[in-house]
Amino acid sequence: MSSNIMLQVENVTMQFGGVIAVDNLSIDVYEDEIVALIGPNGAGKTTTFNCITGVYEPTNGCIKYRGEVIVSNYPQGKMKKQYLGKNNGLYSKVINPTPDQITILGIARTFQNIRLFKNLSVFENVLIAKHLRAKQNVFTATFRLNYREERRMREECMALLEEQSLLNLKDAPAGSLPYGLQRRLEISRALATDPKLLLLDEPAAGMNPQETQELAEFIRQIKEKYKLTILLIEHHMDLVMQISERIYVQDFGKLIATGTPEEIQKNQRVIDAYLGVAEDAFA
Amino acid sequence: MDKKIKIIIYAALLVALFALLFILEQILPSYSMLFTVLKKGAIYALVAVSMNLLNGFTGLFSLGQAGFMLIGAYTYGIFTIPTEARSAVYQYFDGGIINFTVPVVVALVMAGVAAAIFAYIIGLPVLRLKSDYLAIATLGFAEIIRAVFQWKTLGPVTNGSNLLRLYPTFKSVLFPFAVSGICIAIIVLLINSSYGRAFKAIRDDEIAAEAMGINLAKHKRLAFTISSFFAGVGGALLAMYQTTIQASAFKSAMTYEILLIVVIGGLGSVTGSCISSFLFIAASEWWLRFLDETTYIGSFKVPLLNPGFRKVVFSIIIMIVVLFYRRGIMGNKEFSLDPIAKQFKKRFRRRKEVVGSNEQ
Repeated sequence: MSSNIMLQVENVTMQFGGVIAVDNLSIDVYEDEIVALIGPNGAGKTTTFNCITGVYEPTNGCIKYRGEVIVSNYPQGKMKKQYLGKNNGLYSKVINPTPDQITILGIARTFQNIRLFKNLSVFENVLIAKHLRAKQNVFTATFRLNYREERRMREECMALLEEQSLLNLKDAPAGSLPYGLQRRLEISRALATDPKLLLLDEPAAGMNPQETQELAEFIRQIKEKYKLTILLIEHHMDLVMQISERIYVQDFGKLIATGTPEEIQKNQRVIDAYLGVAEDAFA
Repeated sequence: MDKKIKIIIYAALLVALFALLFILEQILPSYSMLFTVLKKGAIYALVAVSMNLLNGFTGLFSLGQAGFMLIGAYTYGIFTIPTEARSAVYQYFDGGIINFTVPVVVALVMAGVAAAIFAYIIGLPVLRLKSDYLAIATLGFAEIIRAVFQWKTLGPVTNGSNLLRLYPTFKSVLFPFAVSGICIAIIVLLINSSYGRAFKAIRDDEIAAEAMGINLAKHKRLAFTISSFFAGVGGALLAMYQTTIQASAFKSAMTYEILLIVVIGGLGSVTGSCISSFLFIAASEWWLRFLDETTYIGSFKVPLLNPGFRKVVFSIIIMIVVLFYRRGIMGNKEFSLDPIAKQFKKRFRRRKEVVGSNEQ
């Protein structure tokens, strides 16, 4: 573990009306790490992701990426009176970027329910991810004055698809792929944006143990190959325990535990809040 | 098929089309219904493709097309009426305040630019809306624009609610075909570029598109502006075709006609829009005319054939088309020569094999 900090979520609170979905959450992710965020259903994990990626504006708190503040907010307007969280008044800056600005910084994500461009081909799905770093404008793109850049983008995408062994499917509509390959394509598409930090939202959802095992291998591979830092949400405990170096456990929006997989497995609060219940439910 | 051969074949087809149109013009009398259909069809094809860029490719349900066509038509008219004719046209407004003219091609581009500028300004607030709400907002805009252009205070520029006329028009059917052709070609190039892919991504899934780094606001505004540019050019062409411009003609019914063309042709298919545009105009203006005429066979009066019956049949045909082709004539596919070429090749090969086996 290198000491370079990649992502810092500081005291982030997300309140919807009177409900606190994320409660004063702080997460640190260091470079070259795989960190897992776990918790029972409705614990606010995806909401945390949405705050990091700019889909939601957090009610209070700030998020730093490589030491730089990328998201920051404090309760304003109607929220001023309604705010039930902590650390009110700690932050005074408002930075609320849109998701595309976050992606350009080098943070890519996948979605819990796969969100591919279903009518477009596999190749086009990946090619779209190259759009954000292209230097073209509408005029040069329309009249093909950017043909060098376009060719480079296409070549990069071909290489990427080949690495992910999706090349033979490149002209198939993305929606026609089997579930497992759709997952893989979604991750490939995220990789095409040249991220430094990859956020995976339940990558193993709906997979059987065999597929989950393959996914674990796949995540390790891409981490090495693209020098990624990965933060993932997952319910499959075997996957989480196998690949993550550190784990954060969230329950009812609050952080209840953090540590290595071994520590988490022994933590009584976690077992009470999550693992014990989950074991029973799954048995 | 080889890319170069493909380009040559398509270019040859294009030349053949223009040659055919040219020959037809020499043979047939100029008042033939065919030319009406071809002229209006070409213009509507351009407007339909521009609407398809927005509704079919970017997934923005906008109904402002008639408004942008109106802006284009007026811009064209205002800047091309010859100076000596202005006192006759602007008879209630002392000849108007604009006293210069620009060449036709420049005026066509200006028509597009004017519509695009309006679209950009309107797009800033309106494009935050989605689906039905966007449709209502753009429809409202089109209605407001129509009222504003008839406003008396703007008379020195727009001639109030009076006609604009005496501006240069076209006689040959080749002109609307050439202008529409160039514009549609540019739209196709745009759709197949990186930006076109971004538009399609927004159509398929806005949230995922945003997560892929596509700036939604910017790209939506871009699609809206470009679409309106070509709607403006289409409006100018329509003005040339009709030889007079009156704001009250650009009703929302015009937008619905175009929307109908787009839906029948297939949302997301450029060739579908073109084909259905010609079919639509031919059916509504030409082929069904006989239904409106009271006809006698001998002394027997054919029932139902009364003025107005055409519209009934036309509506029924549209319903049938929509029922049987739910995704339009072309769906979201494009017409291409590849399948035809494949068929040819297959047949050719089979014959070769037959010949080969005979020789043995």
